[in-house]
Amino acid sequence: MLAFAETLVIITGGIDLSVGAILGLSGIIGSLVLVTLTTADHSLTAGLFAGVIAAMLTGLLIGLGNGLMITRMRVTPFIATLAMLGIATGLTFVLTNGVDVSGLPPVVATLGNAVFLGVLTVPIVVTAVIGIVVGLYLHRSQFGRWTFAIGSNARAARGAGIPVSRHLVKVYVLSGLLSAAAGILVVMRLGTGSPLEGSNDELNAIAAVVIGGASLFGGVGTVLGSVLGALIIGTIVNGLIVVGVQPYWQTVIIGVIIAVAVMLQERGRQKEAA
Amino acid sequence: MLSLKNVGKRFGSLTALDAVGFEVGAGEVVGLVGDNGAGKSTCVKIISGMFQPSSGHIDFDGQPRVWASPHEALDAGIETVYQDVGLASHLSVDANIFLGREMKLPGLLGRLGFLDNSGMRSAARADTHRIGIRLPDVGAAVGDLSGGQRQAVAIARSISWARKLLILDEPTNHLGVAEVEEVLRLIGRVRDQGVAVMLISHTLPHVMAVTDRIVVLRLGRVVAQHVTKETTTAQIVHDIMGASEEEIAAHVR
Repeated sequence: MLAFAETLVIITGGIDLSVGAILGLSGIIGSLVLVTLTTADHSLTAGLFAGVIAAMLTGLLIGLGNGLMITRMRVTPFIATLAMLGIATGLTFVLTNGVDVSGLPPVVATLGNAVFLGVLTVPIVVTAVIGIVVGLYLHRSQFGRWTFAIGSNARAARGAGIPVSRHLVKVYVLSGLLSAAAGILVVMRLGTGSPLEGSNDELNAIAAVVIGGASLFGGVGTVLGSVLGALIIGTIVNGLIVVGVQPYWQTVIIGVIIAVAVMLQERGRQKEAA
Repeated sequence: MLSLKNVGKRFGSLTALDAVGFEVGAGEVVGLVGDNGAGKSTCVKIISGMFQPSSGHIDFDGQPRVWASPHEALDAGIETVYQDVGLASHLSVDANIFLGREMKLPGLLGRLGFLDNSGMRSAARADTHRIGIRLPDVGAAVGDLSGGQRQAVAIARSISWARKLLILDEPTNHLGVAEVEEVLRLIGRVRDQGVAVMLISHTLPHVMAVTDRIVVLRLGRVVAQHVTKETTTAQIVHDIMGASEEEIAAHVR
């Protein structure tokens, strides 16, 4: 899910370092709203509804903040989203004091973990559906075409009458919303709101997108590629656990994968140019 | 049709354009020439809405207009081929031709923003064929084309959309002889359709070959305007440099 968000942003030639932090913060805010409402004797449905809205709103606002910082104040995406990573992670700990948000109604975990048709769970199905929708939208719609055009040549896009700034804001908002949706799914799976969720996830997301063939220079990338990239990383990480490598090595390996993938890309580019 | 009146543009303390005024009529090809830094590109970017003038104004179709964005200029029927902006090289030829004005599917899918890719592809094919541009398949990525082919795509794109005015900023740079002839021929065809053309170029023989009138800029001012038939390359060079060829030659020696 985070990889979908990152795919959109990277195709514009930007980067969103705050996806993991948004996942964490929106999950926590959603959980807090839900727990507060249900303990205050509101109906469960209202609580669930409000929790989801609160989480999505969190993602929307942070995405909007990223987009406006980048387009209005001309902060580079790297710095703007790095700042947002700090802000969102900090707020997550301020709100929780570093302690899990517990006392969520059990129905959350039940929904999140119920297995049907042998392998499918609600988070898996939701992710797949959103992936298909995002993929179709990116590759078949005007929104997607403009996203690629901006990443390929922002000045040409502006010359062609595309409202580049407004479009970039939309992309970062969408990235925030997708990250928030991922936050909700994680809470559903765990049954609690953990302030540690999402940390370092931007690393995985960027790795998945880059392995999936997207260029960090913009203009190139597919949702399907990113899904395959995420699967490859998942397989590698699982494989490491199976063969008994300490889990602390995971981020090391993923970091190496990003470096190698970008290096190979850069080589390909130079060859093309020559 | 298009008329600049006292247009000035300052970047901080630098004055790029100072009280520039000239006119372009419908079905007329006007050359805009000048040395590097004379203000040609700034002038183009003001007419096309990329920059806003610091002073003065533009009359278009008899109305005073200032474009707040390229989008507004495009809506008014002004198309520009920029020398330094170009195309989205990762996208295909047809995607570039329709960039910013994509055709959408009919019905609900179109409302949702879904594109009519096959429609655009066949329209792009028909367009390039009608204009007489030879290209490999319109599905090819622009980045895979040669410099001349890219320029042809950029011009094809603008010709397909230009209703009132087509601005070409150094369209013959980096092109081979045959490709230059192709571009100059295209300019004539556009004019024959009643569209005004502004040609910005360093290459005076090309300017002399296709324009009806020539406007000379020097250091941000209009220093001369000539009817092409009644002037000579030597005269234009003199106006561009502010000195005759003999004087320059003597100076260099």
